Amino acid sequence: MLSGWFVALVASAYVGLLFAVARYGDARADAGRSIISGNVYALSLAVYCTSWTFYGSVGRATSGGLSFLTIYIGPTLMLLFVGVLIKMLRISKTYRITSIADFIASRYGKSQLLAGLVTVIAVIGIVPYIALQLKAVSASLAVLFGQVDAGVLPWWLDSTLLIAAALALFTVLFGTRHLDATERHEGMVAAIAFESVVKLVAFLAVGLFVTYGMFGGLADVFQRAAAVPELSRLLQLDAMQAGSWASLILLSALAIILLPRQFQIIVVENVDESHLRRAVWLFPLYLLLINIFVLPIALGGLLHFGAQSGYADTFVLTLPMAHGAEALAVLVFIGGLSAATGMVIVETIALSTMVCNDLVMPWLLRSTWINAQKRNDLSGLLIGIRRVAIILILLLGYIYFRVAGEAYALVGIGLISFAAVAQFAPVLFGGMYWKQGTRAGAVAGLVAGFVVWMYTLLLPSFAKSGWIGNGFVEHGLFGVDWLRAQSLFGLRGMDAISHSLWWSLLANFGAYVVVSLNTRPDALEAGQAERFVDVFRRAHRETDSLLWRGQASLGELVRLLERFLGPVRAAQQLGAYAAMRGVDNWQRLAVDADLVQFAEGELAGAIGSASARVMVASVTQEEDLGLEEVLDILDEATQVRAYSKELEAKQQALEVATAELREANERLRELDRMKDDFISTVTHELRTPLTSIRALSEMLHEDPRADLADRKRFLGIIVSEAERLTRLINQILDMAKLESGRAEWTTAEVDLGNVAREAMDSLGQLYRDKDVALSGEIPDSGPVVMADRDRLVQVMINLLSNAVKFVATGTGAVKVTVSTDAGMVRVSVADNGPGLTADECSVIFEKFRQGGNTMTDKPQGTGLGLPISRQIVEYFGGALWVESQPGAGANFIFTVPLPAADE
Amino acid sequence: MSKKILIVDDEPNIVISLEFLMKKEGFQVAVAGDGEEALAKVASFAPDLLLLDVMMPKKSGFEVCEALRTDSANSALKIVMLTAKGRETEVAKGLAIGADAYVTKPFSTKDLVVRVKELLGAV
Amino acid sequence: MRQRLAAIGLAGWPLLTFPLLGLPEGNVGGIPMIYLYLFGVWGGLIGLAAWIGERKG
Repeated sequence: MLSGWFVALVASAYVGLLFAVARYGDARADAGRSIISGNVYALSLAVYCTSWTFYGSVGRATSGGLSFLTIYIGPTLMLLFVGVLIKMLRISKTYRITSIADFIASRYGKSQLLAGLVTVIAVIGIVPYIALQLKAVSASLAVLFGQVDAGVLPWWLDSTLLIAAALALFTVLFGTRHLDATERHEGMVAAIAFESVVKLVAFLAVGLFVTYGMFGGLADVFQRAAAVPELSRLLQLDAMQAGSWASLILLSALAIILLPRQFQIIVVENVDESHLRRAVWLFPLYLLLINIFVLPIALGGLLHFGAQSGYADTFVLTLPMAHGAEALAVLVFIGGLSAATGMVIVETIALSTMVCNDLVMPWLLRSTWINAQKRNDLSGLLIGIRRVAIILILLLGYIYFRVAGEAYALVGIGLISFAAVAQFAPVLFGGMYWKQGTRAGAVAGLVAGFVVWMYTLLLPSFAKSGWIGNGFVEHGLFGVDWLRAQSLFGLRGMDAISHSLWWSLLANFGAYVVVSLNTRPDALEAGQAERFVDVFRRAHRETDSLLWRGQASLGELVRLLERFLGPVRAAQQLGAYAAMRGVDNWQRLAVDADLVQFAEGELAGAIGSASARVMVASVTQEEDLGLEEVLDILDEATQVRAYSKELEAKQQALEVATAELREANERLRELDRMKDDFISTVTHELRTPLTSIRALSEMLHEDPRADLADRKRFLGIIVSEAERLTRLINQILDMAKLESGRAEWTTAEVDLGNVAREAMDSLGQLYRDKDVALSGEIPDSGPVVMADRDRLVQVMINLLSNAVKFVATGTGAVKVTVSTDAGMVRVSVADNGPGLTADECSVIFEKFRQGGNTMTDKPQGTGLGLPISRQIVEYFGGALWVESQPGAGANFIFTVPLPAADE
Repeated sequence: MSKKILIVDDEPNIVISLEFLMKKEGFQVAVAGDGEEALAKVASFAPDLLLLDVMMPKKSGFEVCEALRTDSANSALKIVMLTAKGRETEVAKGLAIGADAYVTKPFSTKDLVVRVKELLGAV
Repeated sequence: MRQRLAAIGLAGWPLLTFPLLGLPEGNVGGIPMIYLYLFGVWGGLIGLAAWIGERKG
């Protein structure tokens, strides 16, 4: 047998370790480097696995086979409806919800009545469950010390009391650090996650021990069990239990959210919505792993100790001990301790918050005592109330444990507690999705469900324990047969839990719906309904401000905040709010609806929304908005929003259209300018030769007896200017025709080699006159393209005449090359003239622009030759450009595509 | 003593015709082919009247006119602008800059002569 | 993502309740079929949830 001191030492060390982990977690949180990750969050959810999982599952398995799995399948399925969870998280974050009672109360108009009702139901349903955990600890200790019959020790020596005290200390230390309950207790969550790991490790260890240490593996255990008739039935599922199976899955699916400790961990303690992603699968995985070996352990225990062994719950301890694996037994004990303490800690925090905010505070606020106190800082008082609540709840749990002992009222309490919190389901889910749910309906539903639960489950459990007479179970209330507690209205054939669940939920849901449909919500309820159900759609601030009308003074609000949050924290929060509104000093905040809502929100975090509402109402003069008004405002708000979205969309469309128009306008103006320029340039070009012609003609006319030499000269000029003019006009017309696409083209096979030679011939004289060398590298039978011969000749002549204009006399040389390259014919006219700058290379292709240094000489051309040539070449699908460096000559190149080869 | 006329135009043929015309009327004539040359010749030749083309390389007629007008030594100089650009804006600009007359090409030789004589005061 | 997960949840319900639950019989190598079926389907749901939950972002 193990020494008591050794176990005490190990237990104390473990608890000390928990304290250390919690401390570390809080320190990290304070430093802003939260230790809470998706994994930690998911593991903390495993607080769902209490000593009931650790010990009780094996116990259940010995009688019910695999039916214990229902309790874990339910949560798996529920977690998959993650949309519901996200909505709960969003609502709670947005409206600073501190507990499940707060959630329900807030939704139905911040009702203190509902808050109190939910709290009472929770306390009544959960305190026995806490007692069960303490019982499990006590039982496990007894096994370790070899005391089969756990005699009752005097209370001052009772180790369970010590443990309860340690838990109280832990919870007080790590669960009430801050007043604002929406501040998370990250240290506690870290410790819980740590405990989850310990639980899993311990259980897997004993599972492996039994399966592979005591037996030859899974198959071996099952086969051996199958050989024993009483055990073989445990290997099947009883199809008669179908209804029970389904209802237990439903029950556990609800419990995973509605148990106060679960709500606390999942919703209130959540750090980041995205952690849900991990939790969705990691937590069910945990559940799966911790359950794999339950049935093998149960079977192993039955095989080992015989089919009529006593306490199957403690197989996880007795089996290792029977084989001398004492270290393993201690590990398992620690695992069980983790399971129990985890549940107790979180459940107690959750309950104490509810008791403080939703039960005590409303009552206190009504009493004159608190106003008589006139203390300016009630924050200490609030924390004190929380701590007292924690101690009281644990005390109650311990007392129930001592009093109830072995009674069914304790042992069977697990599912009974589940059924109690299941009563929150209609009002909670209804509140999230159905705007018609009213406070009256919620109260009716809760009361109806609670009463039925009490009658069909709780009281019968007392009766089974012998505390009260069982007449109402056997014969029905007042002897009326169909009011028999466990087969109401003749519904037989279901186990007690399913039976109760069915009737209580029916009553609950029925009352909720019927009463809600027949009552009208008041303004506050309606507003809250909108806020909750539409939480994803509304930016909550705006709705809040819209729905509040009244007057308040900044001083009063600040005093209120200081009273309940403490001056330091109040100043902090006010400062943050002011910064958010863009005001540098919070004392200069405008007192508007927004500020009042902010203050109320802050208070709600400390004392619950119901009480916060009452307090704020007491310091402000509010206009009571009628229901109609509220609905109208909300309606308007929706409309306005829809309208403004429309406007925004229209405005954007308008902007786009304007931008497009502006662009088009620019382009038109540009074109207009270009047109103007063109016309003005053309007129200038035309008038210049005309001027000489006219002047000289007039002079000749005036003076017919002028000198013959002069006359000849003048006439010569007149003729050449006339020619120039004609050329110019022709080119302008040509250009116009080409650009407008009205030119006439004759397309035929054209030998480019011949074209080049022809052009060279026609200009030959000009070249000789200027003494410029003209050479060509042209194939004899030149490449053939489909084009207009005359036009191509025109282009060649243009290029050649340009070249000869610019090269120097005597040294000038121009070379023509005709070649083919990649499906195109390439013709180049290269000269060794002065060359062109990079700018000029593009400018010369513009109309009326001419190359050469316009500062030194005025060439004779019209400035249209190159643009026309380019138009021609491009018409046939080619390109015309120049490559040149200043001082290194110019090379004009044009390409014409070869016709596609016809095979 | 006959008046001196400076002809400024970058078109050689126009220069020839103007030169002949003015010489026939008995004026002393000098020519310049661009704006810079014009300014130089004004300084050296000291004409009484300028026949000034607008569209020229180096310095445009407007620039030349402006330059001459800023120098008060030239206040007696008459400037006649000749140009193919006949838009109203151009005319106004020319006169604003300080030209004494603005003639569009092609011009009538008779009219031009009359104008010149008017400006020079010789009838 | 929410919808896919909810769909898995809805699919899980018939898979893990009667009448489908009554089908697996006998055993495989000594291990009862029902045991394997339950843990198998359960594990499968978890796996699917993990794949969907972790995939996006």
